[in-house]
This record gives sequence, structure tokens and C-alpha cells, in this order.
Amino acid sequence: MSVKRPFVRGVLGRRDFEIISGLIPEGARVLDLGCGDGELLAWLMQHKNVDARGVEMSPELVQAAIARGASVYQGNLESSLSDYPDHAFDYVILSQTLQQVRSPKQVLREMLRVGQHAVVAFPNFGHYSVRLAHLFSGRAPQNQLFPFDWFDSPNIRVLTVEDFELLCAREQWAIERRIFLSQNQELAFLPNLRAEVAVFQITRR
Amino acid sequence: MIVETQTVRFESISLDSGATLQPVDCAYQTYGTLNDGRTNGILITHAFSGDSHAAGISQEDGKAGWWDNMIGPGKAFDTDKYFVICSNVLGGCRGTTGPSSLNPATGEPYAMTFPVVTIQDMVRLQKMLIDHLGIQRLLCVAGGSMGGMQALAWAVMYPDAVAAVMPIAATSRHSAQQIAFNEVGRQSIMSDPDWLNGNYYGKTKPKRGLAVARMVGHITYMSDDSMKHKFGRRLREKNQFDFDFSAEFEVESYLRYRGSQFVDRFDANSYLYITKAMDYFDVAAGHPSLGAAFEKTKARFLVISFTSDWLYPTYQSLEVVSALRGRNRDVAYCELRSTYGHDAFLVEVEEQTDIVRGFLASTFRQVSA
Repeated sequence: MSVKRPFVRGVLGRRDFEIISGLIPEGARVLDLGCGDGELLAWLMQHKNVDARGVEMSPELVQAAIARGASVYQGNLESSLSDYPDHAFDYVILSQTLQQVRSPKQVLREMLRVGQHAVVAFPNFGHYSVRLAHLFSGRAPQNQLFPFDWFDSPNIRVLTVEDFELLCAREQWAIERRIFLSQNQELAFLPNLRAEVAVFQITRR
Repeated sequence: MIVETQTVRFESISLDSGATLQPVDCAYQTYGTLNDGRTNGILITHAFSGDSHAAGISQEDGKAGWWDNMIGPGKAFDTDKYFVICSNVLGGCRGTTGPSSLNPATGEPYAMTFPVVTIQDMVRLQKMLIDHLGIQRLLCVAGGSMGGMQALAWAVMYPDAVAAVMPIAATSRHSAQQIAFNEVGRQSIMSDPDWLNGNYYGKTKPKRGLAVARMVGHITYMSDDSMKHKFGRRLREKNQFDFDFSAEFEVESYLRYRGSQFVDRFDANSYLYITKAMDYFDVAAGHPSLGAAFEKTKARFLVISFTSDWLYPTYQSLEVVSALRGRNRDVAYCELRSTYGHDAFLVEVEEQTDIVRGFLASTFRQVSA
């Protein structure tokens, strides 16, 4: 399990690639925020022939992503979005990073400015195991989904499926797709309680 | 890989200054084979004191090219896959027409009657060479430092003739600090009594001025860190000061050596002309903004800077990248960690190889699709 991005590989295996790939049409212009070593972008280039761009902070990961052929920019995703013109992309992806950004609402707004659609995947803090961990330990919850101590967790924003939907309603963003995952399986019933990971595709109304 | 320099003569070239040079020679080397579709051509553009001998072993002097660790079979610029070209810049002194060339009108070297050239003029001559080689569209133009400026100029001047450009440790324009260092070099040459207003050909060369200019240059190419590691305060072959002004410190002796070596292979007037071309260079000139200058570009960009490069600092690469992203151009950017200063683009082979290779491969796939 990767320490930095535990959810994608550890919980989902390759399911997130399948899911995101299922959302993105052939030849789309794609921007992946916090794209890491460009694995998803490379996969989308190969299978969906997309125009693959990315933003990533770590120089080592940027090097790996460029070596894979993706056009990745080394920089902070929160401050870098403002450079792009409106409607530069068809899809802007933020996978497993929303809970790590300082100004999530601003980032989401910017994603919907530079892109037609935003695809956001995040771990669900409303999952029953998190609730139980908190209830019984009386401490900041730690489990497989959120394995960090409170003092060194990259997850500075804790949000649930319910929280995200409320924000979308408040901002008047249309939810085009919602996909909930648990144990690598899609589920529909009681997602806020049962989903480990949520994937939303949203757009501006 | 034994390589040899070739020269092609063109009837004339019109320059930014309004002057015309006729004829004009262009010295170049090539490595690898041009494919049937002529889609695998890569132009390597050299830095200030470079020449057309970028790779392989020179047939003339047995020396390896200045970027031999990056260009060759299986290397970053893989000559098993690509046809790589490198030419000496206009105004240079390594086979391409420059101030040390004979002016056919007078039978004497041009010296200071040589017209002032620009980076764009250098690129014009390169385009003539590419046309001469029968290549309509280059896969890539890549270079470090002044070579990176030429790569940027290529993307702007000939958007349909280049699929990708790779400006490494470069800038869209010189800052006051960069112009200042160049001016110190020029003044050092011009204040050498042997310079004779540039008319030193056939006489004593302005060796001292050129050597000091090169010493300043070398300081700007290194970093505090790399000098600390390379020399520290070590003395040369002794433990005590002699209390005189001989080259006592390692760093003094190194700079003197590099300075004296340089005068054998470089022409002082070329130093003046080429540094001037760099100082004049400004991609945004004539446009409302840098972004506007990139409006017509069609190439992919790979921009690379180095953490310890204080001569062409990262912020200058970021200006370029930010302007490109503002126009939604296809741009990859990374700042590589290095302690080597500006020299890093010549030294950090491993760091650059994977990204250059991957970028070229994906560009080649796009071009071939």
C-alpha cells in the first residue's frame, strides 16, 4: 500500500482506472490534477487516445510522468489552475486529492471554469468504519481508509458523500454521475454509510 | 561513432538588422538516418560557446561532442531512431559565417564590419539548412541555454515546421543581470590593447581579454555549491600561502586554465556578436505579451530548469511555461534537482535522459499517427 495515496491502489486496485475511463470519451482533452507518476494519464493515452495533461508537485513524480509521455507541469495544483484559460479541457480529474487541498471549493470552481466536466474521487469520511473508529476510540479515526495519525495526515479536509452533495447543491453544480465503491464493488444503497470511495462527475448548470 | 563536419553554402541571408550577408556558410553535423517519411529529424541548437560537433568522435580532432552523453545510439536523443542535426550558429567561429570569415567584397575578414545578428537570424539560417536537407517538419528542436532560446524562436517563427521544442535552462529574454555579465565579457575583450577595434586577424589575438571574459562566464555557469565541492579553498600543490599573486587557490588555477584554453578555440569578435544576439533576444518583442507571442505556436513544449541555476533561474522558465499554459499550449515542465548550476544541462545526463526519451517518443507517436 502506497503511503501517500492509500486509496487508489490499496483499496481499489485498478478499479479507479476503469471507472474514470468509463466516464471519459475517446480523444478528450484531459487534465489530471495531482497526477502523480502519470499512470492514469498514460493509461488514458493508450486506451482512450486522450490529450493528456497533468499537474503534480513532486519533481520525481513529474519526471516519471513526462517519461511516460504525458505533458505534466510541476507545480502546486491550487495555484496553477488560474493560468489556464476558460474551457481549456473537456475533463478535469481530481482523484484522491480533494481531501488534501487547502481551498477545496475554490479548486472545484476552478476545475469547472477550465473544464467542461470535473471528475472528483475522494474517500468517504462518513463510512461506518470511520464512524465506529471514532465512536469507540474517542480519538481521531484511524483505519484502512485513513491510516494516518492526526498530526501527519495529508488529509486536511474531512468530507462525506453527504457533504459533497450539499456543496454541489449550494454551488448549483449539476451531478452528472455518482459512483460509490466498497470492497471494490459498486453500491447504491446507503452510500454515505457504506461507500469507501465516491466518484462524482459534475458540471456547471 | 566517427563524425565529420559538413558545410553548405547559401547565396544570401537577410537579417533582422536590414543587412544582407552573401554568401553564407553553415557548418553542421548529422547523426543517424532520416526515415522515409522524413519525420524523425531533430535539430540540436548549441549554447553560446558550442559548435556543430554535438555528438560522436570528431574525425578532425578525435574529441567527443559537447552533448555526446545525450546524443547517440540508445541515448536520450537516440540516433537509432532519430536523425539528429546540429549546426554552428550564424556569427560563430566554427565553420559557419561569422566575423572571422572573409568578406568576399574586400578579401579581408569581416571583423567589426560583420552585421549584428540576432537569435532569430541564427534560426533563419538553421531553417535554410533544414530545407536544404529536405525536411519539412522537424520532430523537435532542443537545446540548452542559448540553444533553448533558439528552440523558443523556432516555435514562434516556424510553427508548421516543428512538432516539439525543448528549451532547457533557458529564458524568453535576458534579464539585466544576464546582460550585465555579458557586458563585462565584452568590455574585457574590447579593453584588451590587442583587440585593435576587432582588426586583430593575422596579428596577436586579444587573448587576455577573451580569457578574462571566459573566466567570468565559467563562474556564472557553476554554483556556490559546485565550486565548494570542486575547489573549496584548496591550494594548488602547497599548504601555505606564498604571499604573492600567483594562482594559489585551485579555483584560480582552474579559471586561468579554462580561460587560456578558450582563446585557442574561440574568436573574440564572435564572443561580442553572439553575446549581443542573446542580449537582444526577447520572444515577446513586438507582441502585447509573452502569451501573445506564443499564440501562433503549434509545437509541444518540454521546458526544463535546474534548482541551482542562478544564471538562467527557474523563474525564467516558469514565465515561459505560465504564458504557454495561459494559451493552453501542450507544455510539460519540470525543475530538476542539481548542484551544478547552469552547467547542469550538460552534466545531468541521467536526470534528463528518461524525460527527453519519453517526450520524444510520445511526440513521435503523435506525428506518426
